Amino acid sequence: MGILEIKDVGKRFGGLQALCDVNLSVAENTCHAIIGPNGAGKSTLLNCLIGKLMPDSGSVMFDGKSVLGRSPYEINQLGISRVFQTPEIFGDLSVLENMMIPIFATRDGSFSMDAMSNVMSQKDIAEAADKMLSEMNMLDKRNMQAASLSRGDKRRLEIGMCLSQNPRLLLLDEPTAGMARADTNNTIDLLNEIKQERDITIAIIEHDMHVVFSLADRITVLAQGTPLVEDVPEKIKGHPKVKEAYLGETH
Amino acid sequence: MFGLEKRDANLLIAVGALVLLAPIFLNPFPEGSALAQFNAGYPDLMQRFVIFGIFAIGFNILFGLTGYLSFGHAAFLGAGSYAGVWMLKLLTINVIPAIVISTLVAGVFALIIGFISLRRSGIYFSILTLAFAQMSFALAASVLTPITGGETGLQTALDDPRILDAANESRNIPAPSLFGLHMNDSAQLAVGDWLWTFNVGYYVAGIVMLAAFYVAIRIFRSPFGMMLRAIKSNQQRLNYTGLNTRPYMLACFVISGMYAGLAGGLMVSMDPLAGAERMQWTASGEVVLMTILGGVGTLIGPVLGAGLIKYFENIFSKINDNLLHQWFSFLPQGLEDFVVTIIHPFIGKGWHLTLGLMFMAVIIFLPGGLVELGQRASKLFKKRNPPQTGGQKEPAE
Repeated sequence: MGILEIKDVGKRFGGLQALCDVNLSVAENTCHAIIGPNGAGKSTLLNCLIGKLMPDSGSVMFDGKSVLGRSPYEINQLGISRVFQTPEIFGDLSVLENMMIPIFATRDGSFSMDAMSNVMSQKDIAEAADKMLSEMNMLDKRNMQAASLSRGDKRRLEIGMCLSQNPRLLLLDEPTAGMARADTNNTIDLLNEIKQERDITIAIIEHDMHVVFSLADRITVLAQGTPLVEDVPEKIKGHPKVKEAYLGETH
Repeated sequence: MFGLEKRDANLLIAVGALVLLAPIFLNPFPEGSALAQFNAGYPDLMQRFVIFGIFAIGFNILFGLTGYLSFGHAAFLGAGSYAGVWMLKLLTINVIPAIVISTLVAGVFALIIGFISLRRSGIYFSILTLAFAQMSFALAASVLTPITGGETGLQTALDDPRILDAANESRNIPAPSLFGLHMNDSAQLAVGDWLWTFNVGYYVAGIVMLAAFYVAIRIFRSPFGMMLRAIKSNQQRLNYTGLNTRPYMLACFVISGMYAGLAGGLMVSMDPLAGAERMQWTASGEVVLMTILGGVGTLIGPVLGAGLIKYFENIFSKINDNLLHQWFSFLPQGLEDFVVTIIHPFIGKGWHLTLGLMFMAVIIFLPGGLVELGQRASKLFKKRNPPQTGGQKEPAE
């Protein structure tokens, strides 16, 4: 029984069957990658996991609780944090404030009417934020405006923000899309570090084979809305069905 | 001090000093001098400065922090005004119940309008608030005449019950007061050629404004305020960070509405008359102008913007052609007429034109409003650039 159980999920957009009978189980404290060619339904599947889309059929259970029909903030409060394809951070706020907000959300829940105390006087939050920033090697940038960070730093900040909540599941949506090689490798190193140091389950949706094979413990290949193969990376590498799906030799 | 950081405390003290000394420095020209009409230190106008300051501070809590542009904030000003006059009519001529109740009534009103309007964001939110405000205006002017006095407006009368007050034996409508201190009472002090007027109502409104300003600073610096700025910056990220943006927005909207109600309550405490036009869209637009002119999202900006617009409205509009001829009489006759003709459209009733041009110039050259102007000036004068004007130099703004 995995921490994330996807059962018989189907989703249809008009005439297009985007997902069909998707069954997937992500085991706790592993890194599970979902790969597939363009249009395989990776993003649709992800959107079903995080409350953005409601599948037509099937169920998605996280730690025994259904995530379907919940809002994004409720899903986060269950322990799922999401990293976006393009880093989603609070660009107008300082790096430190960016890091404090998720910590507040974890401590105080989805709403807290704390309008009279000073943000900076909350020592526990500030300490936790600084600790996370130093883990991300960003302590020297704490007073910078987040929008002025480099692309790689924005990604680090976003991942740090997610980790500061101590999530049980980290969802990554093409975390290295559009990155230079060096930044990509940095991100891979960072994620590998996280994997080793924390009890965390990672689900990653990726295009880049290099990233997937450096990170994943298990890989599911999605093609035309259904899982094609699921196995360990070594087996996936030379799998004929996978080659077929990627090279487009379907009949 | 007062739980504020040093810089904010300094700002509060500076604003406090300005409010306290306004009757003096707003009258820089001696009585009877040619420039005396530029003096703004008379009670009616000074009251407006601080009351509209409160209105703009409240509006800025919504617009400046969350970026949600309400185009119907005058509805809360109007609701507060009506509630205030009713308190002065039914309960007592003491202004305290009027001010408190008008704030609360506007808060309830904002809760209802906000609950519906906040289902949408961006331009749709603005249109919804505008629609509600225009609806309130139309209702107040017609159907709700028994409550609002319709087009003539609502005012205190001699035969009002005022159940908490002793029977009124005089033949005059009592003036609003604070435990016997009449709002329209003034003390005058003549120093040399200068005449300074210290008005009770102005100081009451001024103290309330300082309190409102203090609360606004606390909100700006609080976790709640930080979440509101996060909503403006990236609402999607906030949702995926486990925070429910809706109650934050609603709370912010209600607080902002209560500020407007407070301003309405003070307005009728100074002059117990409320009319439907106070809810009209032009009034809603005015507070938007004030906030943008002063500096959106800054602490002091809205107060400055409110002051500037009210100054223009009351002082600039008084300049007429005769006066211009006086000023330019040193020029040769033909040239004098020419200059006066050129300036004519910008003064008197044309003050809106001047204001409009100024507004455009601010939007284009100074998106940060008067606060940005102050920051640039202080940068020019001091190379070390201490944040002096009270505007925030944090990345958040």
